[in-house]
Order: sequence, then structure tokens, then C-alpha cells
Amino acid sequence: MRRILFLARAEVLHVVRDRATLAQVLIVPILQLLVLSNAATFQIRDTPTYIVDLDRSTASRRLVERFESSGHFRVAGRSASPTLADEALLAGDVTMALTIPHDFEAMLVRTSAAPLQLSVNAEKGSAAGIVQSYASSIVSAYAAELTAAGGGAARIDLRTRSWYNPSLDYRHYMVPGILVALVTLIGTLLTAQNIAREKELGTLEQLNVTPITRGQFIAAKLLPFWTLGLLDLAIGLVVGVVVFGVPVRGSLLLLFSAAAIYLVVALAIGLWISTIVETQQQAMFVTFFVMNVYLLMSGLFTPIDSMAPWVQTVSQVNPVRHFVTISRAVLVKGAGVRDVAQPLLILVVFAGVTLTLAVRQYSKRIA
Amino acid sequence: MTALAGLIRKEVYHILRDRRTLVVIVALPVLQVILFGYAIRTDVDRVRLAVVDPSPDPMTLALRARLDAAGVFEIVTVSPTMDAIEPLFRRGEAQGAIVFEPDFAEHAGRGVPASLLIVADATEPNTGSIVQAYASAVVQAYEQEQTTRSRVVRIAPAVRMRFNPTRRSSNLFVPGLMAFVLTIVSSLMTAISLTREKETGTLEALLVSPLRPWQIIAGKVAPYVVVGFASVVGVIVEARLVFGVPLRGSAALLLAEGVLFILVSLSLGILISARTSSQRVAMLGALVGTMLPTMLLSGFIFPIESMPAPLRAISAVVPARWFVLVARSVMLKGTGLAYLWPATLILLAMALALLAASTRAFHERLEA
Repeated sequence: MRRILFLARAEVLHVVRDRATLAQVLIVPILQLLVLSNAATFQIRDTPTYIVDLDRSTASRRLVERFESSGHFRVAGRSASPTLADEALLAGDVTMALTIPHDFEAMLVRTSAAPLQLSVNAEKGSAAGIVQSYASSIVSAYAAELTAAGGGAARIDLRTRSWYNPSLDYRHYMVPGILVALVTLIGTLLTAQNIAREKELGTLEQLNVTPITRGQFIAAKLLPFWTLGLLDLAIGLVVGVVVFGVPVRGSLLLLFSAAAIYLVVALAIGLWISTIVETQQQAMFVTFFVMNVYLLMSGLFTPIDSMAPWVQTVSQVNPVRHFVTISRAVLVKGAGVRDVAQPLLILVVFAGVTLTLAVRQYSKRIA
Repeated sequence: MTALAGLIRKEVYHILRDRRTLVVIVALPVLQVILFGYAIRTDVDRVRLAVVDPSPDPMTLALRARLDAAGVFEIVTVSPTMDAIEPLFRRGEAQGAIVFEPDFAEHAGRGVPASLLIVADATEPNTGSIVQAYASAVVQAYEQEQTTRSRVVRIAPAVRMRFNPTRRSSNLFVPGLMAFVLTIVSSLMTAISLTREKETGTLEALLVSPLRPWQIIAGKVAPYVVVGFASVVGVIVEARLVFGVPLRGSAALLLAEGVLFILVSLSLGILISARTSSQRVAMLGALVGTMLPTMLLSGFIFPIESMPAPLRAISAVVPARWFVLVARSVMLKGTGLAYLWPATLILLAMALALLAASTRAFHERLEA
């Protein structure tokens, strides 16, 4: 035990002394969090809209006002020419064109029903669906109001609620995920690079001839990075809460316990990578590609539920996915141990399996 | 000229002999298209729905049947109280809930509006909005059929989804993917290959040969232009065959813009390698300087219009942003140069500026 602590101290000194590593540990995570949470967003606001009002009536003007004041749309052009609207769509200047036919008000008065036309640039896939849903809800709210004004009453009073994120702030969704990415990068990249460096410098050979056993060596290597990972999670969480107002609805103890287990997996993967590479450069290359696939398929950037069914099944063996689930559930939804029991158990199994495999592989390759 | 041809041949041998590089060049585009076609999607086509129905009656049953028949909803549970719903949300087993008030049909029959609540898990705000929109549409359609009184006002928007009527994410991501693959092949590979020659000292050997500096650069990058070109064609063909991503505009225009973008990326790669001395630093530079911006700030995955102003400003100097715009417009909208000339001019200006800068940086480095 004393040997492990001794070696771990040497490791900590190395990290603290090396400016580049220190920056990688302390400053890079904060920068990543600030940039990523602003860049990695599918938030939809201020959709540029082209208005073609052929009716020019009170009713049509009121409708347009609704669009303008909703906060979701910004009028980027208006004319009486559908052709111009089409060109604006084609040039990408606007995302939606709203065409109000010339007998809009007359139809409303005569038959209580009127058509409208919405053209949405659907290049951006599901974003178009959301733009449409915002537009539709504005139109139906307007219709409901006209109904009420005319003395009629709808039979169903329809209301909607957005749980957990009523302000629809995308960063509340992204930050808990990005925290996982930070912890993963620290755990895996630093471990892989660090052991690869010892290999390059030949100091690994030196340690091999000392009375330190392999188990002690691995424990001493992993312990500081495990602590750093937890420290980074704490730093990131503080930044997330202070800068972005990310909610902390669940127990922090639960979150950090899950992180402690997850970090074992991340460190074991780093250790495993270090056994198959010879240089720091290779370690970085391999880590980068492994992490790229792991992070992209974890549901961090795009929801798991949107993935093709076979990818959803495959992603079950992705540890990142489970910790992302836990992080979001605990922070945003206030989930307790019972709610996240399944992903938590899977992580425990992962930790056991990956650590055993990595240590065995390490002993085989290095000894 | 024969000297140049010789250098090119040497470089081709290098690429073919280095297994790892070859794997990256061949497998990466294929892997990425599959990844982005199947995994990186934002489509919402299955929604797990919980129903709270305290007193089932013909009207609530009819509405439930409607939701079931809509094709997007999978009703995971029907419960008489709200209490059972929240744990389902916390565990992610339900993404939305429809809550009927007690005596729903009775209220609606008496002319008192029967209240109906649609709850969505808005942790991911867009999914939340879509769930609400889907459910509202079903309820409104039902109501309009039931309503006979003419005093209820109906405004029915006819919606046209332009350029991508099925709204499939793969149509969005694949054109952007070309920019990503090209950045890796052109910037990263060139930077590494040039610094490798520096590290091993073989660049010196090339310098004392009768080759001119520009010939050295041309000889080094020519094979990568071909490789980059091949991977663009590969991505287009694969996207077409596997995911049915259309190519509505001119293929010649797309390929020409592709070559322009390859030139920009190569120049960036040369510039990075001229400024760095080791492969490790060159790789780091290429990752931070080209790949990350291409991934995050080009609009390839995340829409630029969603970003705050400072990041939008930065994205304007990311070459991939303009190529993504061009590729998407040509493939999905079928637009031509009439609309794309500003982006093309920007790419051209970037190519010229970067080529000049990189040749100069390379010269300085050689003379020093």
C-alpha cells in the first residue's frame, strides 16, 4: 500500500510539474464545456420567415403579428409574390414561407374555415418538423381565439406541458452529456498517453526491475487519473451550474458514485490502448478514433431513440451511453438510485470486465 | 517533369505501403457514412406514450385508438392516476403522456370544454416539441371530425416540406460528411506525411535534389488530391445506394467545388506542417485546427443559425462551412452557380490565400 501511494505521489508530481498536462486537465475541460455547449445545439429560435400576404386584411395582419411576437419566428422578407418567396427559400435566406390566400378573411367570415400555406425548407430534417409544429400551434391558438370571440366553444381544451426543461433550453440537455465526454477524455486519453510515454522513455523497463508488482504499478498509475477525472467532473459541474444554470435535481452523491464506477471503465480502456501502441502519437491516434465512435454513438449529441433499431442494440455495449443516461436522469430529471439501477448495474459489470481484461492484456504484453 | 513524376510515384508507394494510412483512407469514409446514416439521426418516429385515463368512456377510448393508429405512438401504459407516470419519465420509459380529466366525455357532451393535457419529456427540447405536435395533431383532427357546430373556427395550414419531403436526417448529414472526410484525408494526411519527411530527415535529401520547392509540394500533394477525389465519389455513390440520398444538381459542379475544397484543405495541411516540427504536433494542429472546427462549426451536424453570434462569426472562416453549404444545396436543392457564387468565391479566395501562405511558409522553412 505504501508503495502504491509513493508511486501515485510521483505521478501527481509529474502532472503538476508538466504545464501542458496541467492545462489539459484544468483549462481544456472548461473551454470545451463553454464552446461545445454553445456550438453543439439543435436549438431552434428566430426562424427566418418570408410572409406572402395576398389578403391584406385585419385577420391576416393579426395572424402575422402572432408569428412575429411568438419568439420563434423572425420576418426576414415580405411581398405579394409567391415567386420571390420561393427564391428566398432556394437561396437559403429564409427557412419558412407563409402564404395567406387573398380570400382568407372572407372565407373565415363565411365558412369559419380558411386555408393557409406553409412551405418549410426541410433540408435540415427534423428541424423542419419543429418549425412546422411551432407554426401550427400559433395558427391553432389564433383559431381558438377567433372561436372564443365568436361565442363558440371548442369541445376539447387542449394544453401542453414540457417537463424537466420548460424553457426548452438546449444547454440543459447538452451540458450533462458534455460532462461525460470530459470525464471520458481525461480518463482514457491521459492514461493511454502517460503509459505510452513511459514506454517511449524507457522508464517502464526501469520500473519493471524494481520490487514493485504489476498490480501495484497499475493501481498507482490509475489512482491519480481517477481522482483527476472526478475533479474535472466537479469543475465542469460548477461551470455548468453557474454559467448555464443547468439544474441539479437529483443527488450529487449518486452522480459522483456513478462517475467513480464509470471512470474505472474509462481508465481500463486507456490502459488497454496503451498496451497495443508503442508511441504517444499512436496512443493519441487510437484514442481519438475509439472516442470518436464511442461518443457519437452514445446518445450524447443525438438521441438514442432516433437511431436505427440495430444501432440501439449495439449501443448497449457502449459504456458512454449508460453514463450519459445516468448523468441526464440525475441532473435534469432528479432520478434516484431506483430509477437508474439498470444502467448503473451495467456500468459495474463493465468496470469489472474491462479492468480484468486490460490488466491481463497489460501483464501479457509488457512482461 | 520526370523528376516530379518520380516523386509522385514515391509518394504513392508510401501511401500503399503504410497499412494504417490505407485503412484510414479506405475504411473511414465507408464507416462514417454508415455511422451518420444509421446512428447520427434526429428523426422522431417512435414515441413511447403513457395514458392517464381516470374514467374510460367512449370518447377517451376513441382518442386512444386514434393515437394508436397514428403509427408514431406506442402506448406503454394506461393508468388511472398521474402518480404512476413520473417514474416512467425518470427512467426514460415514457417520452410523453396524455392526461384525460375525469368524466371526459360527459364534460364534452355538456358543452363544457373537456380538458386534456399533453405532457412531454422536454429534456431534449426538440423531441419534446415534436411529441407535443404529433399528439396535438391527432387530438385536433379528432375534434374537427366530431364538431358539427359551424362556430368553431378552423384554419388549416397546408404544409409543404421542400427539398427533403421525408425529412430524413441522412439527407442532411451525408453532404456534410464529404467535407469531414475530405478534411481528414487532405489536411491530416498531408500534414503528417510532410512532417514525417522532416522528422526522418528525408526532406533535406529532397531539397538537395534538382527538384524545385513547388515541385516537392506538388509531388507530395498530388496523390492526396486523387485520394480525396476518390473518397468524394465514394461517399456520393454509397449515400445514393444505401440511403437514397439524391443528387439533384449538377454532378460536375459538385465535383469542381470538391476539388476547390480539397485545395483549401491541402494548403491548410501544408501550412500546419511548415509551422510544426514533429508528427505529434502536426497531428494535434490538424485535429484542433481543421477537424474539430469542421465537425462542430461547419453546420455539418449542428445548424449554424442556432449558435450564438461569436461562434457564428468564427464559423465564417471555417472553409468546411462553405463547402457544406454548397454540397447540400447542390445535392438536395439542385441549385446552381446562380445561387452559389458567393460561397464559391469565398472558397476560391481561401484557396488562393492559403496556397500563397503555405508555399511561402514552406520556403522560409527551407531557407532557414
